[in-house]
Amino acid sequence: MLAQVGIGLGHYLTVGALLFTIGVFGIFLNRRNIIVILMSVELILLAVNINFIAFSAELGDLAGQIFALLILTVAAAEAAIGLAILVIFYRNRGSIAVDDVNMMKG
Amino acid sequence: MMTLPLFFFYLFSIIAVASALMVIVARNPVHSVLYLIVVFVNSAGLFMLAGAEFLALILIVVYVGAVAVLFLFVVMMLEVDFGQMRRGILQYMPIGVVIGAILLLELLLVAGSFVITPEVMSSSVIPIDNTMENTRAIGLVLYTRYVYLFQAAGAVLLVAMIGAIVLTLRHKPNIKRQDVVRQTSRKRHEAVEIKSVKSGEGL
Repeated sequence: MLAQVGIGLGHYLTVGALLFTIGVFGIFLNRRNIIVILMSVELILLAVNINFIAFSAELGDLAGQIFALLILTVAAAEAAIGLAILVIFYRNRGSIAVDDVNMMKG
Repeated sequence: MMTLPLFFFYLFSIIAVASALMVIVARNPVHSVLYLIVVFVNSAGLFMLAGAEFLALILIVVYVGAVAVLFLFVVMMLEVDFGQMRRGILQYMPIGVVIGAILLLELLLVAGSFVITPEVMSSSVIPIDNTMENTRAIGLVLYTRYVYLFQAAGAVLLVAMIGAIVLTLRHKPNIKRQDVVRQTSRKRHEAVEIKSVKSGEGL
């Protein structure tokens, strides 16, 4: 289905790989800022979704789209919980720096 | 000769990747969130090109409408000096570049060299019916064949919602709240006091 319009599976996989790498790189780059880390995780999940959609279109199989829908659900839940934890952490410590997350240090 | 879909594919993907880069390098987290919205909208375009129309629109509704706005709210709610957070960014830069490069190289090697065997091509779990709209096709399997997964996804969202509320709900001690039990169990003699006032004297 994709090949009919000149877009190959490789095109999509390349975009997915680039977004995934940018997401991982973002986690390293913004080690101190947990909000950007959460956004990087969203980027990684989006890259996974792009791969699922690409294979779904290439193989003519709808199951990939269902799977992508479930990933979308989990990503939304993860963002909500992550931000909730962030808010209470900020309330307790007055900061969101990852370096300050050492309350449970033994 | 570049076909129109190919042109749009390159347009969407280049903007998406460039905005993704801006998400992680932007100084201001509000800008990061706005670039994240650009990434999601362009990825929705990519989904649309691949024939996943329902997911493309869901991506915009869920990510741009809910997740990105949630991020925006939290970023604006916190009073943090984001400038000083970027100190020490160069410290992690080399290892980030190394790991990112290795990852990208591996992923591109896989993406460029894999082969799909013909058996896989012919053994689709749910073959896509091109005569049917994408939304209808998803609805036909999501509520029948994948109903348990659908319910599980709903349970995940419910747990996330309850978890977020439980985590962030805060009971301040000095706020007057309605206590329904106390209110309804109140008797008349607790609430009303009858005084007999003599005429001409007042209280």
